[in-house]
Amino acid sequence: MKLKLTTLALTAVMAAGPAMADLVFPWLSYRTGPYAAGGIPLADGYSDYFTLVNERDGGIGGLPARVLECETGYNTEKGVECYESTKGEGALVYQPLSTGITYQLIPKVTADNIPMHTMGYGRTSAKNGKVFSHVFNYPVNYWDGASIAVNHVLDLNEGSLEGKKIVLLYHNSAYGKEPIRTLEELSKKHGFDLTALPVDHPGQEQKSQWLQIRRERPDYVFMWGWGVMNQVAIQEASNIRFPMENFIGVWWSGAEIDVLPAGEKANGYKSLALHDTGKGFPIYDDLQKYVVDAGKASGSGDQLGTVLYNRSLYLGFLAHMAALKAQEIHGVDEITPAMMRDGMESLEITEEMMQKAGLPNFGPEFSVNCENHGGPGLGMVQQWDANAKSWSLITDPIASDKDVVNPLILADSGAFAAENKIAERCN
Amino acid sequence: MFYREAGDFKTTYAEDGQTFPIRFDRYRYFAVLIFAFGVVPFMVNDYWANALLLPFLIYAIAAIGLNILVGYCGQVSLGTGGFMAVGAYACYKFMTSFPEVSMFVHVLLAGGVTAVVCVAFGLPSLRIKGFYLAVATLAAQFFLVWLFNRVPWFYNYSASGQINAPEREVLGVIITGPNAPAWATYMFCLVFLTVCALVARNLTRGTVGRSWMAIRDMDIAAEIIGVNPLKAKLTAFAVSGFFIGISGALFFAVYLGAVEVGEAFGISKSFLVLFMVIIGGLGSIFGAFAGAAFLVLLPVVLKVVGVDVLGWPTDIVAHFQLVIVGALIVLFLILEPHGLAQLWRVAKEKLRLWPFPH
Repeated sequence: MKLKLTTLALTAVMAAGPAMADLVFPWLSYRTGPYAAGGIPLADGYSDYFTLVNERDGGIGGLPARVLECETGYNTEKGVECYESTKGEGALVYQPLSTGITYQLIPKVTADNIPMHTMGYGRTSAKNGKVFSHVFNYPVNYWDGASIAVNHVLDLNEGSLEGKKIVLLYHNSAYGKEPIRTLEELSKKHGFDLTALPVDHPGQEQKSQWLQIRRERPDYVFMWGWGVMNQVAIQEASNIRFPMENFIGVWWSGAEIDVLPAGEKANGYKSLALHDTGKGFPIYDDLQKYVVDAGKASGSGDQLGTVLYNRSLYLGFLAHMAALKAQEIHGVDEITPAMMRDGMESLEITEEMMQKAGLPNFGPEFSVNCENHGGPGLGMVQQWDANAKSWSLITDPIASDKDVVNPLILADSGAFAAENKIAERCN
Repeated sequence: MFYREAGDFKTTYAEDGQTFPIRFDRYRYFAVLIFAFGVVPFMVNDYWANALLLPFLIYAIAAIGLNILVGYCGQVSLGTGGFMAVGAYACYKFMTSFPEVSMFVHVLLAGGVTAVVCVAFGLPSLRIKGFYLAVATLAAQFFLVWLFNRVPWFYNYSASGQINAPEREVLGVIITGPNAPAWATYMFCLVFLTVCALVARNLTRGTVGRSWMAIRDMDIAAEIIGVNPLKAKLTAFAVSGFFIGISGALFFAVYLGAVEVGEAFGISKSFLVLFMVIIGGLGSIFGAFAGAAFLVLLPVVLKVVGVDVLGWPTDIVAHFQLVIVGALIVLFLILEPHGLAQLWRVAKEKLRLWPFPH
């Protein structure tokens, strides 16, 4: 009995003791729940990227990377539980993949000195590194997205939107409300008429919104949707025969699963894009060789090449590069979350790095610094071809309207700083 | 052997009427209190506080509140989520408008505001009963969530419509915000829970509680013997709303720190608290604790066992969690329709006879 107890205690100690020999990348996944269709490819991509790094390069700076998945089901309460249970394991950077959880974690990660990366979601004003020391949202954020969408339609209309009508169809949550203020400013500047229509979680019920769209006959519909809301909206748009090329979703409303249910009718639907799409990159050869053929793929391994899988490969790539940068700055392999933060703050992504990672021309080149945690704010537009069942980029990177976005970011982050008595950094 | 009255002589009415008349039970109660107040705060860390203890304490307050309404007064309510939202948003408005005031005051005021709102939505209960009342409270749920989404004044015109709890303190100790120590948040919620439970217990044993139960058991008979249904029903809504408001305020300010009304206080929250009350046991304060513990702790335990101990994929564990919790709920309700509180009562009775049952 005594022996048993000692062994038990010993194993408990060994299990509880920190295994410091690896770099931990927590991933707050949602493979279940109403947003699982988006959560699964995202979770698979991140996990597969680091498996590839371990198998091909022998880890990051010689240390194996470990992706620590914790299931949130897109629920903020479970998000808190996941954060608390993973932060003790030496978590280097959080990727909450939910705007609600992001808002909750912003003060927490700052107090615990762990960086958080919210690529293309989360709190937009976190771009202001003077106020948000531990939150990064490079290379692009929602307000950039709103402006990029407007700039795209400006291009289509020879630079004038005078008298045009735009409807914003948004997920009635923190996520969907983010672009409203920017679009309101832009509507003043360019003279278009903006109507914002909320869709309640989870978004299956959109009949009344589309009825209103049909009545108002807008020139363009923008959509800030996620999960099942996207599929339903595209289906409803095709039901009222809304011209698909005038229907533009944000980058979270532009995956294969969103357009496939509508079939042929979804042809021509557009969405914003953070990065290139498809399987035509050298990294897929490596993924096939080291991950898929070796039977180490995460999940069922059927998500390769989808938009969201690519997105999370990109996330993995950016985290990988930041970790390398941190190792380079501090001269140690075993980096801490604080060092990782420094790495993210001085991150510089070049074409050469993307080429080396097997992702040539995948996203924009950019650099992060102390004041700017948000990168350049470049985005592209992609269009769905229902016959080929593939997305293709139809524009070069479009820049957002910094004259509109930057003052808004300064105002919002300033309000946050005043509310929480944060002194500005980087001075 | 346990729970014996033998040798436990009462010489005053006060002794006879106390909450725990059996000595063993009383000592157990004091032991739990001493453990909760004297031991746990010294051992608690961030994980235990934020993942287990805070949600348990806060949901227990909500369950006590709903139990007063549903379990004691028999008025079915599906508006709990909405009423918690009232508490949360009231607390937020108080916190941001009067930063120098203690959090204790804010939370109590939030409870008061919720009590008023709850009474307003309780007015239809004078005319309608049962399922129809459930539908009326359901309307409250949807209306309140819509209101907090729609009117920017409630979230101080923030871009995302989220409310964030700024740092506030009690007696110089930070209670809200990320820098609040785990023991402080735990103690803050524990004090509220203890006081709420004591108040609820004593209310339900007194005149007010008896009038609630009379209304619950047969409202016409109660009216004939002189119970004022207006007063009984509205006091139940008020007290229930007060507790639920407190829990909503704590849920937002202390536990989550940032809240979005649709996600945090949606209809599923109403059902969750209602399930806690039903599984725990209608008309029992202990049942509120048991129900909250069952629905808050069990999923976390299953997750820890599945993911950390057995090493299964997280999605499989999440699915299993739903299946197991669901199956257990069905099982409990078949085996013991009166909830966990009744199981506890039966266990006490068995222990009393042990080791010599007839």
